[in-house]
Amino acid sequence: MLSKRIIPCLDVRDGRLTKGIKFKGNVDIGDPVETAAQYYREGADEIVFYDITASSERRDIMIETVRRVAEKIFIPFSVGGGIRTVEDMRQVLLAGAEKVSVNSAAVRNPGIISEGAEAFGKQCIVLGMDVKKAPASDRIPSGYEIVIDGGRTFTGLDALEWARRGETLGAGEICLNSIDADGTKDGYEINLNKLISSNVNIPVIASGGAGTPEHLYEVLADDNADAALIASMTHYGTYTIKDIKTYLHNRGIKVRMNW
Amino acid sequence: MISIIDYNAGNLTSVKRAMDYLGKESVITDDYSEIINSEKIIFPGVGAAGRAIADLKKRKLDQAIIEAFQNNKPILGICLGTQIIMEMSEENDTECIGIIKGRVKRFICDLDKPEGIRLKVPHMGWNTVRLKRNHPVFQGVDRDDEFYFVHSYYPVPDDPDTILGETEYITRFASVLATGSLVAMQFHPEKSGEPGLKILANFSEWDGKDYVE
Repeated sequence: MLSKRIIPCLDVRDGRLTKGIKFKGNVDIGDPVETAAQYYREGADEIVFYDITASSERRDIMIETVRRVAEKIFIPFSVGGGIRTVEDMRQVLLAGAEKVSVNSAAVRNPGIISEGAEAFGKQCIVLGMDVKKAPASDRIPSGYEIVIDGGRTFTGLDALEWARRGETLGAGEICLNSIDADGTKDGYEINLNKLISSNVNIPVIASGGAGTPEHLYEVLADDNADAALIASMTHYGTYTIKDIKTYLHNRGIKVRMNW
Repeated sequence: MISIIDYNAGNLTSVKRAMDYLGKESVITDDYSEIINSEKIIFPGVGAAGRAIADLKKRKLDQAIIEAFQNNKPILGICLGTQIIMEMSEENDTECIGIIKGRVKRFICDLDKPEGIRLKVPHMGWNTVRLKRNHPVFQGVDRDDEFYFVHSYYPVPDDPDTILGETEYITRFASVLATGSLVAMQFHPEKSGEPGLKILANFSEWDGKDYVE
């Protein structure tokens, strides 16, 4: 039986680690390579790097970071943030990442999903979705709207429709981030995860809102999500991956306990 | 020297990096004679079967693999590399290398579990492998160890004796095949943490004989 994956997310800017709270007020918490290696040793099932470096000339720093990470960790890891072209994808994958995720760029140019899937295989392409609650309307029937540019730009796209379209275009996985829940530590947005997960045939990673192991249980039970992204709950030492996995294991969720 | 066969099918560098980390000498190559003359062969791959076979044939690398197998050279197949050693793949209706008799099938999606929850394709993530017997390449692997899978197709060998390990997802499928000097796995040992590295290290030391002392 397939295990549910626990995935720490590392926000990286200019080659250093940060963790944003609601996309504002980032604080520097260290070296991404060392942190990734530590998460690898502590039983993370996968690692996500989110590059928030603004300037394109600094992208080389990220590629170098990816290369150094790939020498040290032997589990899958993905890189997102600022990936706009198939060539951007190629660089990240050649440097050693297993997957790339596209978010704003895919909304602006959905073709990047199919081009990426064609070039590298669907399993490489993660569709990152930032989602905000909206009043249900003809345009947003699910009551969830896609936002881009770190939550600043409303797109008028319905989240469920976009998820289905992403799957059709060739995304191999969806990373589903609730902007409303992000940084609150009040738990994932269960309804959103249930809605998307039950309507696509590709895995869904729940993101945004994790504060306690119970929050992971809530979103992983009943197949509301296939994996759970975590950040501050382990970045600041409140919990270890092992604490979280032991809790889930004891509550009957299948997780990888040997590493 | 261990040859990692290069046929434009992806994940070559991650296999190479894992071998480097283990201190095992390896080379990524698409050169027929270099492959034939190496001590061991790793046959990796992510991608589609149709294109992979076409690329292999163009460089006669399918012949290199067959010859190496006939000469009892240790061969390790990974993921797509495990599928295209079969006779035939449903993916692009591809005729494959045929070292192991049997076909490659697709997981049937939209299958409902009894409780009505859909299982997703690809099979992506960590899962266990139940070994049917011991094998030198799996020495020291614990029965609860998990491995990283990402695939939509799986091999169905005609001869059950070629199945070394099985995994449960949608159905029970052959996740590890072994015959003679060939051992082939559907998961990615290079992305499966310490248990995966153990398999790569064991393979590096393996003489190609299918027994455990």
